[in-house]
Amino acid sequence: MKILVAVKRVIDYNVQIRVKEDNTGVVTDNVKMSTNPPDDNAIEEAVKIKESGKATEVVAVSIGEEKAQETVRKALAVGADRGILVKTDGIIEPLAVSKLLQKIVEKEKPDLVFMGKQAIDDDCNQTGQMLSALLNWPQATFASKIEIKDGKLEVTREIDEGLETIEINVPAIVTCDLRLNEPRYASLPNIMKAKKKPIEQLNASDLGVDINPRIEQVKVEEPPKRKAGIKVSSVAELVQKLKNEAKVI
Amino acid sequence: MYMSRETMEYDVVIVGGGPSGLAAAIRLKQLNSELNICLLEKASEIGAHILSGNVFETRALDELIPGWKELNAPIKTKVTREKFLFLGKNKSLSWPTWLLPAVQKNHKNYIISLANLCRWLAEQAEALGVEIFPGFPASEILYNDDGSVKGVATQDMGLDKEGNKKDSYEPGIDLIGKITVFAEGCRGHLGKQLINKFELDKGKDPQQYGIGFKEIWEIDKKNHEEGMVMHTAGWPLDKNTYGGSFIYHAENKQVFLGYVIGLDYKNPHLSPFDEFQRFKTHPAIRKIIEGGKRISYGARALIEGGFQSLPKMFMPGALLIGCDAGTLNMPKIKGSHTAMKSGMIAAETINEHFKLKKDLSVFEEKFKNSWVYDELYKARNVKPSFSWGLILGIIFTGIDQILFRGRMPFTLKHKHADHETLKPANEMPKIEYPKPDNIITFDKTSSVYLTGTNHADNQPVHLKLKDPYLPINYTLEKFDEPAQRYCPVGVYEVQNENNVQKFVINSQNCIHCKTCDIKEPSQNITWVTPEGGGGPKYGNM
Repeated sequence: MKILVAVKRVIDYNVQIRVKEDNTGVVTDNVKMSTNPPDDNAIEEAVKIKESGKATEVVAVSIGEEKAQETVRKALAVGADRGILVKTDGIIEPLAVSKLLQKIVEKEKPDLVFMGKQAIDDDCNQTGQMLSALLNWPQATFASKIEIKDGKLEVTREIDEGLETIEINVPAIVTCDLRLNEPRYASLPNIMKAKKKPIEQLNASDLGVDINPRIEQVKVEEPPKRKAGIKVSSVAELVQKLKNEAKVI
Repeated sequence: MYMSRETMEYDVVIVGGGPSGLAAAIRLKQLNSELNICLLEKASEIGAHILSGNVFETRALDELIPGWKELNAPIKTKVTREKFLFLGKNKSLSWPTWLLPAVQKNHKNYIISLANLCRWLAEQAEALGVEIFPGFPASEILYNDDGSVKGVATQDMGLDKEGNKKDSYEPGIDLIGKITVFAEGCRGHLGKQLINKFELDKGKDPQQYGIGFKEIWEIDKKNHEEGMVMHTAGWPLDKNTYGGSFIYHAENKQVFLGYVIGLDYKNPHLSPFDEFQRFKTHPAIRKIIEGGKRISYGARALIEGGFQSLPKMFMPGALLIGCDAGTLNMPKIKGSHTAMKSGMIAAETINEHFKLKKDLSVFEEKFKNSWVYDELYKARNVKPSFSWGLILGIIFTGIDQILFRGRMPFTLKHKHADHETLKPANEMPKIEYPKPDNIITFDKTSSVYLTGTNHADNQPVHLKLKDPYLPINYTLEKFDEPAQRYCPVGVYEVQNENNVQKFVINSQNCIHCKTCDIKEPSQNITWVTPEGGGGPKYGNM
């Protein structure tokens, strides 16, 4: 079995996001970038499956600017066998990503495609679902547990009401939740080895996919500042304020 | 708990990816491209733990990479104008620049982000074949049987608070170097051990430190003058506390605004953070940043001891360079060029050691013949003269630097280590600091948020107390536990729970400035390396 894992380069989750002055996006200059956190879970799971003998190859793919190579390299350092980088410039939307991934799937012919449930930068939560539709493959989203049983997948999903367990056929798309596993650290010797693993570089334009944006972004704004709390001296004052100022009762 | 770990061998292992370590790596490869060199950095990427003013003198870089301009080094903003202000509470007096000593003139220098320069230096080093590993702190020194330094071990990853192995446990590895170069920056935790073990500071004055704060502001176009450099002395510090500010107008409407306070301050009620915040409310400063936005915050201890406190920088199997030893030039308020030069001298020493079997002690001679030594020698009397107070310090410095150009026939001493200078709390005046207005001034909580600091949950606390009861039983009563105030991000708190006082360490907020390790009056706090990649994520600091 071969597993393809999609990884995205995003602004590190510890960095405080700053909106550009002209409201066209967020500042990415001089900002620490990292792998999208649930994508780390996706890689970890794929590597674990390979280590258990149930998969033979793990391929990491990223779509983005040249520097997304670092994200692929990180996946190689924690156990992926080889990497693919599809180079694009500018904003790329989930539909375009799905179409590019479809091309990669047709070329690589994996049995499973893993990815994070959503990216922490645009929070779209669409790529896995769209790819499933494009390929007409079954999908299991928000996976917190994955088991391979007789050529099928048993996947536990994190849903609002609790946990849902489903069984799907392979080939399939699985989007991973942060609860799926605890990603390992890349060890120094493995980082060294990863430098020697191959990364195939492709240009999005060579894959024959229309990746032009379909969405017009009007503006990006910072969330409103939280106002300081006030202290009230009595219950009566609290009720009065809730009624007249907050207008919640 | 030692178990056999994986081992990797190199010709040279360098600890720390700041200007000195990177310069050493680059010079080594230039001298001998065959050498296997690895460089460890505790931050998640090169530059993420670098914080500096910075007005950069290119002298060392000109020697290291003469073509830096063509190679697009992030050194773009030439200093165009400079100002020096003495601040009173509401007034300011501009000091004529022609009366500034030569060391404080900056017209040939550049306003840069040292973090970005380090990122660029790292690219140059990698292009030469240096293996750079960010996210791997060196946590332990390895020794040979004959006592010489053998290399370092990297930190174990994936331990829980009690030190048990989690599922993600990844043991550290032993990095063996024929020579190991320690370049951790000011108060490196391994450098500190080496200085003790090899008595490198024997016969030297106690090292002196400062704490430096920096904020980056994006300001109104009309207040911005790219290339303008301003320094201040005076208010809000009293005349017995050593310190001052910098305001550098960088590119993109940004100003780098900072404050440095000598850690030899005496009043335990003093809060360096709040002094810095209060400083910004001075009319001369407020008018620059008013209407602007604070986008970054950080702090880091720095070396102020200079010549008299500089330890021996070589020992069997290893060299100690940059501010891990203490090469900052205090009156110049610059240490990047001297740090880089010390790294280059280290590289030349190591090259001769390998090729000509020369002892590492040739470092000393090379260092003495270099311009770094000359700079530090001439600068040596400035900082100690300020122990007489601001006014006498300035008068003396004027005579020493302008008339004698640093060549007075005597050397003033640093008398005390910084942890010895605090007076008991009940003998010193309390200081009332104004509340933050969240426009110009801020609290520590919102400030640490801007540093992007995080440490993986549930890992062992990396701020070790020698005696866990001392903070409450002694330091609180005698000094009103100054850790609550000298820590720039509020890691240390004294909490009252059912009338029982408790010393709390919020180690996940630590920005690795090392001030606690320096200033704790009983030297009860030891800073050790947390899990790799933790700490601040500074951008263009």
